Amino acid sequence: MGLKQNLHNLKEKYKGTKMAPAFNALHTFLYTPNDTAHGGTHIKSADDLKRTMNTVIMALIPCLIFGMFNAGYQHYLAAGEIQAVTGGFFSGEFWTLQNFILGFWKILPLVIISYGVGLGIEFLFAVIKGHEVEEGYLVTGMLVPLIVPIDIPWWMLIVAVAFGVVIGKEVFGGTGMNILNPALTIRAFLFFAYPTWMSGDKVWVQGAVERTKEIANGSTADAISGETILGSLAQSHHVDYSVMDMFYGFIPGSVGETSTLLILLGGLFLIFTKIGSWRIMLSAVLGALVMGYIFNVVVDAGWITETSKFYGLMSTEFWHHLIIGGMAFGIVYMATDPVTGSQTNKGKWIYGFLIGFISIMIRVFNPAYPEGVMLAILLMNVFAPTIDHYVVQVNVKKRLKRGKLKTA
Amino acid sequence: MSNDIKIKKGLDIKLKGVAEKTTERAVLSNFYTLRPDDFHGVTPKLIFKEGAKVKAGEPVFFDKSNEAVKFVSPVSGEIVEIERAAKRRIVGIKIQADKEQIYQDYGKLNVASVDADTIKAHLLATGCWTFIKQRPYDVIAKPDLSPKAIFISGYDSAPLAADLDYVLQGKEAELQAAITALGKLTQGKVHVSVGKDSSSPLAGLSGITLHKVSGPHPCGNVGTQINKIDPVNKGETVWTIAPQDLVIIGELLLTGKFNAERIVALAGSSVKKPRYFVTKIASEVATMVYDNGVEQNGNDRIISGNVLSGKQVAPNGYLGYYSNLITIIPEGNDYELFGWNKPVFDKISNTRALTFSWLTPNKTYDLTTNMNGEHRNFVLTGNYEEVFPLDIYPMQILKSCLYQDLDEMEALGMFEVAPEDFALTEFICVSKQPHQQIIRAGLDLMIQEIG
Repeated sequence: MGLKQNLHNLKEKYKGTKMAPAFNALHTFLYTPNDTAHGGTHIKSADDLKRTMNTVIMALIPCLIFGMFNAGYQHYLAAGEIQAVTGGFFSGEFWTLQNFILGFWKILPLVIISYGVGLGIEFLFAVIKGHEVEEGYLVTGMLVPLIVPIDIPWWMLIVAVAFGVVIGKEVFGGTGMNILNPALTIRAFLFFAYPTWMSGDKVWVQGAVERTKEIANGSTADAISGETILGSLAQSHHVDYSVMDMFYGFIPGSVGETSTLLILLGGLFLIFTKIGSWRIMLSAVLGALVMGYIFNVVVDAGWITETSKFYGLMSTEFWHHLIIGGMAFGIVYMATDPVTGSQTNKGKWIYGFLIGFISIMIRVFNPAYPEGVMLAILLMNVFAPTIDHYVVQVNVKKRLKRGKLKTA
Repeated sequence: MSNDIKIKKGLDIKLKGVAEKTTERAVLSNFYTLRPDDFHGVTPKLIFKEGAKVKAGEPVFFDKSNEAVKFVSPVSGEIVEIERAAKRRIVGIKIQADKEQIYQDYGKLNVASVDADTIKAHLLATGCWTFIKQRPYDVIAKPDLSPKAIFISGYDSAPLAADLDYVLQGKEAELQAAITALGKLTQGKVHVSVGKDSSSPLAGLSGITLHKVSGPHPCGNVGTQINKIDPVNKGETVWTIAPQDLVIIGELLLTGKFNAERIVALAGSSVKKPRYFVTKIASEVATMVYDNGVEQNGNDRIISGNVLSGKQVAPNGYLGYYSNLITIIPEGNDYELFGWNKPVFDKISNTRALTFSWLTPNKTYDLTTNMNGEHRNFVLTGNYEEVFPLDIYPMQILKSCLYQDLDEMEALGMFEVAPEDFALTEFICVSKQPHQQIIRAGLDLMIQEIG
C-alpha cells in the first residue's frame, strides 16, 4: 500500500513535466496504471502491449539460455578440450556448468548493451518528444544479442543498436510506425558496416578470432575453426554435423539461432498464445521447402555439377535448410513481427511464403554471405504494404462491383 | 432460401449481473432532461424558452439543418433550465414534470389506408422520426431520402443487454402498426431479426422478412445483420430502428399519444438486484439505481446503454434517449501490481498470453473500467478480424479514418459502418485505441465533406 501510494504521488508530481514518460515507463513496469476507459468501451480486455511483448520474450528465453550453453560448448569443442555430444538433447555432456559459465559471461554483456543502449535511446526520445516509452524495444532488445556472433566487439554493437533504434524506428515515429524490423536493421547495419565480424569462418565460435591473431603473432596453439554449416556448404566443404545436432542446435552460429528444437517450441508457444501469426510461420516454412526442393530437382537433373560453386548448398536436402543457419529463428521471431509484416490474413500467406522462398534463394546464390533470411525478411518488410494493398483491393473491388450490380 | 444469419467471428462478453426478469415501476422522476448529444450531428434550435409549459409529445426543439425533424418532450411540464456549455452550445433541456400528465393529442392514424407522405409527415411532426436512424453515417434519417430497406434487430447480443423478447411481450399491436407504417416508407423490405430460439413477438408480424440470428456478439448488432443481408452501397440508404422505439411509434399511431414509457434493464455487477423497470425516456437514473441497486457514493460507473457503446452518466444524470439499459460496473481506478505479466484469471481476453479466459468460456466476469494498459500505436494485426464479422478490413479502415483519406474510407466500406460495429475490436485492442471515436470522427468528416 505504501509503495503504491508513494508512486502514485510521484506520478502526480511528474505529470506534465518532461520527466513524466521516463517515470511512467518505470512505474508501469511495477503497476498497471489506474487509468479508466472513457469515451468508448467501458471495459477492456486483459491484454496490453506489455503483455504481448512479454509473451514473445518468454518464447525467446529458452533460446537465450541454450545459446549460453552452446557458446561454451562450441568454444571448448573447437579448442579440443571436450568431445562432441553423443547423447540426445538432454545429454549431460552439453549442459555443463563450464559451458554455461563461459557463455553467460560472453552473452550477458551483449544483452546489457542491447537493452542499455536501446532503451536509453527510447527514453531519450520519449522525454524529448513527450510520448510514452513504447514496449517494442523489449523484444528487439532480446532479439539483438541472439542474432549476432558471440565475439562481436561491444562498440560495434553499441553503434549498431543506436543506428537501428534511431534510423530503423524512431524517425518513423516509434513502435508501430517503422517499416523495417528494428532488430534486423541492427543486424543488417552490422553486416554491411563490419562484414569481417559478421561473416567468414572465424566469428561464430568464441575465441576463434583471438586465436587466429595469436597464431599470426607466432603462437603455436592450434587454430580454432569457427565456421557455420552454411559457410562450409557455401564453399562445398564437407559438413560433419549430424541432422540431430543441427536440430538440437549443437552447431556454431549466431548466439540464439542454432536450436531449431527450442525455436520450434517457441513458435508453437507463440501460435498457441495467438501472439505470433501461424500463417506467416507455416507459409514461410512452405516457401523455404519449395525453393529448396526446386534446387534439389535442379541438381538431380544434372544441370549443376559438383564443380559449380552453388553445388554445396543446392544439393543440400531441401528440408535441411530449415535446421541450419538462421532460417527457423528468422521465421518464428522476425518474420512474424506484426508491425513490419503483412497485416492482412491473406497477405500473411503471401508474405511468409516469399520470405521462405527468397531466403533459400539468397542463401544459395550468394556465396559471400550464405545467410539469406535476414535479407529476405527485410526485403519483404518493404513489400508487405504492397501485398496488403492488393489484398485489400480485392475487398474494395468486390464492394464496387456490388454497388454497380445494384444500380445496373 | 434460408434467411438465417449465422456468424462465427465475435466474442460473447459474459458479465455478472444479468437483469432478472421481473419488472418494477420506477419511482416517478421529477425532472427529465433531453440531451442533444444523444442525437449525433443535430444542432438544436429551441422552440420554447426557459419557463415555458409543454405537453407530453409537444416539440421542444428541432434540428437546425433539418427543420422537419422535431424533438418532443417526454412529459408534460415546465422547461426549467437550458443547460449550455462553451459557445452557448445546448447540452440539456431540463423539464420539471407535472403531477398530472397532459398529452398532446395527434389523433389516431389508420396506417393501412394512408399514403407514405402522410405517414412521413405524421412521424416527423410527432417526434417519432427521431427513432429512425440511417446508414450511412449512423445519424437520424434524412427525411428526403428513401431507404432501400429497413432493418430492425430484435435480438441484442451485447453484454448484459435487456432481453428484447421479454420487454416486447404483449406489444404485438403497437409493433404491427409501426411496421406497417414504416413498410410504406420503403420500396424494399423490412428486415426483422430475432434470436435463433426466441419467442419474440416480432416473429409473428406481417409485412416483414424474418431472419434468425445465431453466434457470438455482435450477431445482434444491426450493423452485422445489414452486412450479411443487404450491405449498403454508395448512394444507398438504409434505416435502422430499435424495437423498443417501434412500440412508441406504434402507440402513437394507434392512440395519438407520444408515450415515452419504455422498459429498461438495470444490470451490472455493482447492482444488488438487477431487474427491469418501467420508466420514461430522459428520466433521472437516480430513480432506479439506488433502491436495491448500488451503494450511495460507491466507486461505480453508471452507463446509459451497454458497457461497449453506452455513455457514462453522472449519478444525478439522465437516461439516454435511445437507451433501454442501465449498466453499473465498478470503476477500475486502481493500480495493479505486475498486472502486465502475471497470469490473469479474472479478466476476459481473446489471446492466451497467460490469460486464461479461454479455459472457461461460460464463466461470468466482474470487469472494471480499468484500461488494463496504456494507449499505444497500432501494433498487433489479425486479432481484430477474429471478433469482426463484417466483410471489411477493420484495421485498415480505422487507419484510413486516422489519416483522413476520404476516397480510401469510402472504398473500404465506411458507408456501411457505425461506431458500435467497432466496439468489440476496441475491447480487445492491445494498443487501447479508441476505435469507436475514430470511426465516429471519420463518419463526421464524411458528412462534412461528402454529405
